[in-house]
Amino acid sequence: MKQDWIPLALVPVIALAALPLVGSVPTWVTLTVAGLAMGMMIFMMASGLTLVFGLMDVMNFAHGIFISVGAYGAATVLTRMRPQMEAGSLAADLSAMIPAVLVAIVLAGLLGWFFERVLIRPVYGDHLKQILITMGGLIVFEQLIHVVWGADMIPLPRPSAITGSFILGEAAIERYRVLAVIVGLAVFAAMWLLLNRTRIGLLVRAGVENPEMVESLGYRIKRLFVGVFVAGSGLAGLGGAMWAMYQEQVTAQMGGQVLVMIFIVVIIGGLGSVGGCFVGALLVGLMANYTGYLAPKLALGSNILLMVLVLLWRPRGLYPIGKA
Amino acid sequence: MPEPMLSLAGVNTHIAQYHILHGVDFEVPRGSLTMLLGRNGAGKTTCLRTIMGLWRASAGSIRIDGRDTTRSPTPEVAQLGVAYVPENMGIFAGLTVEENLRLAARAGEPEAKRLEWIYGLFPAMKTFWRSLAGNLSGGQKQMLAIARAIVEPRKLLLVDEPTKGLAPSIIANMVEAFRELKRTDTTILVVEQNFHFARSLGDAVAVMDSGRIVHAGRMDALAADAVLQTKLLGLSLDSHQ
Repeated sequence: MKQDWIPLALVPVIALAALPLVGSVPTWVTLTVAGLAMGMMIFMMASGLTLVFGLMDVMNFAHGIFISVGAYGAATVLTRMRPQMEAGSLAADLSAMIPAVLVAIVLAGLLGWFFERVLIRPVYGDHLKQILITMGGLIVFEQLIHVVWGADMIPLPRPSAITGSFILGEAAIERYRVLAVIVGLAVFAAMWLLLNRTRIGLLVRAGVENPEMVESLGYRIKRLFVGVFVAGSGLAGLGGAMWAMYQEQVTAQMGGQVLVMIFIVVIIGGLGSVGGCFVGALLVGLMANYTGYLAPKLALGSNILLMVLVLLWRPRGLYPIGKA
Repeated sequence: MPEPMLSLAGVNTHIAQYHILHGVDFEVPRGSLTMLLGRNGAGKTTCLRTIMGLWRASAGSIRIDGRDTTRSPTPEVAQLGVAYVPENMGIFAGLTVEENLRLAARAGEPEAKRLEWIYGLFPAMKTFWRSLAGNLSGGQKQMLAIARAIVEPRKLLLVDEPTKGLAPSIIANMVEAFRELKRTDTTILVVEQNFHFARSLGDAVAVMDSGRIVHAGRMDALAADAVLQTKLLGLSLDSHQ
C-alpha cells in the first residue's frame, strides 16, 4: 500500500525553512521544541473531535468543555497532592500526575457519554441543531464549572520533576515540553495501533467512510458512535490536563479558547483523519511559535493563513477520507 | 410449496414528503435468481433499501426466511444472512482489498477455502489483495463489492445494478460469477436495467413502474414475449440484438 508522505514531509520542511529566518540555532531549537510540544497537545485535544466529525458527522462545538473539565479534574488532584509534589522526586511527581491524568480522562469521558446520550443523539443528521445544542451545552457546562469549582482562575502547580529546562549547547529546552512531545507521540502510536491493527479500528475507519455500509455488513454503528465519542472526550480531557499544566492555570473558558485552533487542525488534516490531525497539529504548533517570534502581530492570523494554503493545495485536507 | 426466501406484501415507503413505493408485492423463491427490472425512478433501489432496513417501510410487511423484518434495523437484517451490494458499490476506498473482505467476514477472518473460490471468480482480488480499494478500476471495484458480499455463505444476496458503467468484457465476467453463485443455491435478487444481462441469468422477473410491481413471472416467458417487453420496459429484445 502506497503511503502519502508529502504532508508529513511539510513538518521538517517548515522547520528547516524557519532556520535562516530565525537566525540563531539555539533559539530555533527552543522554538521548534515548543512548537512540537504545542502541536502534540493540540493533537491530543483534536484527535477525538476529528473522529467524531468523520464517523458520526456531528459538528460538536462543545468539544472545548471536555478540555476544560479534564483540566479541572487534573487540577483538583494536583492541588490536593501539592505537598507530595514538592518533595522533588520523580516517583512522588508521577504518583500525583498519573491519578490526575486518569481523573481528567474519566471525567471528560463521562461527560462525553452524557453529551452523546442526552444532547447529541436526538439531533443526529441535523447540522444546524447540532451547532445550536452543542454551543448551548458548552455555555451551560462552563457555568456549571463555576458552580462546582468557583469562578476564579485556579493556579496549577507543575510537578517539580518536570519544571525547569535541559540545556543543550546554548539552547534551553523546557522539560515539560519534552514530556508533552513524548506523551503526544505515545498517544499517536496507541491510536495508530488501535486503528490499524485491531478489528475495532477497522470498523472505525470503515465507519468514517461509509457508516451505512458498515451497518449493512451487520455491525451496530451506534454502539461504535458512543465508544468513539467517549474515547474522543477522554482524549480531550487528557489534552486539557496537559494544556493546563503547560499554562499553569485553569479557567472554565480554556477549552473554548483553543477550540478555533482545534477546528483549524481538524480541517487542515482532513475530517476524520487521525494521521492528518497529527500532521496538522504539528504544522499549527510550529507555525504559531515561529510567527510568534518572527512577526508577533501576524501570530494570530498565521494558522488561518496556513489553513487557506493547505486547502488551496488539498481542498479536502492533508489526508482526505474517501467519504461515501 | 416451500416458503419463499423473501416476500413483500403491500410495502409502502416514504422518503421525507415523497411517497416512493405504493404497495409493493412480490416474492423471491428460494435458490432462485430473480431480476427486478424497471425504468429509472421506478422505485427499484428504494425497494432494495427498504428490504435492507435502510429506509423504513411505512406500511406493509417484509419477510426474510420466514421472519418478519419490516421493523428490523439494518444490522439485524444483515445478521440473518442478507448481503447487500448498493448501486454505488459501497466499498471502503481507504481500506485495502484484504481489509474490505476481512470486515465483511463476521467470523473474524475469511475462510481460506472460500477465499480461493472467490479468487477463482475474481482473480483481480488476489492480484490487488494489498491495494487500496479506492485505487481499483470501476470493474474491479464492482468485483470487490460482490466478493465482499459473498465472503461468507449468505442466504440472500441483494445486488443493485451490478453492470452499471462496466465494459462488456467485465459484464461477461459478472455473468460467469453469477452463474457460479447460482450453483451454490444462494437466493439472489438483482436490480438491473441491462435486459441482456437480466435475460441471461434470471430465473424469475419482477418489473416495477411508478413504485408498483406491474409484472411478475418467469424470465424465459418475458424474454420470449417481445410485445410484453415493449409494454413493460419500452424495449423489444429483438431491437437490441
